[in-house]
Amino acid sequence: MGDFVTVFGSLGDYEKGHIEIINDDPKNYAFSNVFEVASKAKPYEKVAVGKNQQNLIEAIRAEGDSPWYTCAHDEFALVMDGEVEVHFLDIAEVDRAPKDKEGNIAIKGQPKGKKMGHVVLRRGHQALLPANAAYQFRARRPSVVLQQALEGENTIYRWSEICLK
Amino acid sequence: MNVAVKATSSSNRTGYKSFELGSFKFSRDEYFVYIEWRSKKGRMTHYMSADAFLRAMMRDVAWGFFYYQVNFDHVFGTNNLYGRVQMFAGSYNETFKAQGLDLIETFETPQIMATFQAILADWTNAGFDPFAAPAETTTDWLGKKHGNNDTAINRQRQVSKRMVGLPGDTPIRTDANGYPVNRAFADVDQSQPEIHAEKGYEGRVHGFNLFAHLSRSDVTWNPSVTSVCKQSLFCPTSEEYILPIKHGNDRVEWFIQLSDQILWDVEDKATGRPRAKVVMKAGDVAAMPADIRHQGYSPKRSMLLVWENVNPRIAEMHATGEIPPYPIKF
Repeated sequence: MGDFVTVFGSLGDYEKGHIEIINDDPKNYAFSNVFEVASKAKPYEKVAVGKNQQNLIEAIRAEGDSPWYTCAHDEFALVMDGEVEVHFLDIAEVDRAPKDKEGNIAIKGQPKGKKMGHVVLRRGHQALLPANAAYQFRARRPSVVLQQALEGENTIYRWSEICLK
Repeated sequence: MNVAVKATSSSNRTGYKSFELGSFKFSRDEYFVYIEWRSKKGRMTHYMSADAFLRAMMRDVAWGFFYYQVNFDHVFGTNNLYGRVQMFAGSYNETFKAQGLDLIETFETPQIMATFQAILADWTNAGFDPFAAPAETTTDWLGKKHGNNDTAINRQRQVSKRMVGLPGDTPIRTDANGYPVNRAFADVDQSQPEIHAEKGYEGRVHGFNLFAHLSRSDVTWNPSVTSVCKQSLFCPTSEEYILPIKHGNDRVEWFIQLSDQILWDVEDKATGRPRAKVVMKAGDVAAMPADIRHQGYSPKRSMLLVWENVNPRIAEMHATGEIPPYPIKF
């Protein structure tokens, strides 16, 4: 260890920054904090904290087991706080998202498929959510995930609640 | 493409060459870089400290002129037109522009790239690394020419096709492949995720430690691409001291502060007038609108996730007003 202390945030310990306006509107920056967003969210609500056309970054409070999801393209999950398992199933083509559909879709109930395996993610760990697989998040304690995703039917928008004004 | 670079022989006083590109002339001495051009009102000269100039030019070269505008300071810079590059002096400075003292010229990318690479190679002395934080390199940028540092200036930006660590993609950084943990991130957990892949799924069940990867970056202010979701790129980077350029956006860019904090000065892209200061701490997310330029200050080495949209039409959509410069309306 050296003389440096690296500061990460967590659900229980974060400090939100701020904007000092000179000649602008703070809304132009859509400024939020992922730990604050997750602290006020229900488990597995996918709350958009970044949007660039159809591209999204979603903040997710992981707690307990999530629904199973699937997606026609790759997405990625980055754990910002806590510990999250991601379990994967190789599902039949009929159960997958349509090839041209963007964003992830929730699967009702327990999907059928061959077990692909699972990953255990802690702070800073990022997992591939591979196209056409089904995946489920499992967290024993409240954790925070950032998902690199595309706009989909599970996305929730709360800009006026989460952004500095 | 073989491109001729217009350069003088080495100065018998300082040892450095001088260069020309279009109507612009570049020279340096022990402390300063001089950029000359001819405006409508006559000859103009702009000065920069040589270390600041080399740090800025290093980013412009390493990023392939990046997404649109790289301002070396309040006067000089480049605009990427994606195939051609504009070089300007005073064109985005309100006073220079109003007084007719500006100049902007357009070059084929290989021509300006070859010239900038030649300048960097000649003006970077042995011992000075323009990618490094000031505390990690020397003051060898100053003085008469003494050697070079081609190893430092020829680093390749790491660009993953899908995700770091997948077979055939960008490797995970380790001691063994030349990426020791940076002194300022000695306390960052180096564990990798537990991967429990069933037989036959080894390449699809995958993860890596992004924070450990960033703790091993050997450069500052040089985003790599670590995961790709169609046109959405995660481009994280480690930052320390001052972003050597002011980046002018042609699209909305997003920042997610992964650790520590960065202070951002935000200015109007066309005039340089101040607009805001954005203080980002761990977990903060902010958009950088398409009509601004920004420069960051990182008091301690920090981890920043730069999130880019590489839709090939996005710059045109903003330029024509098809979409607004702000990503969210609420």
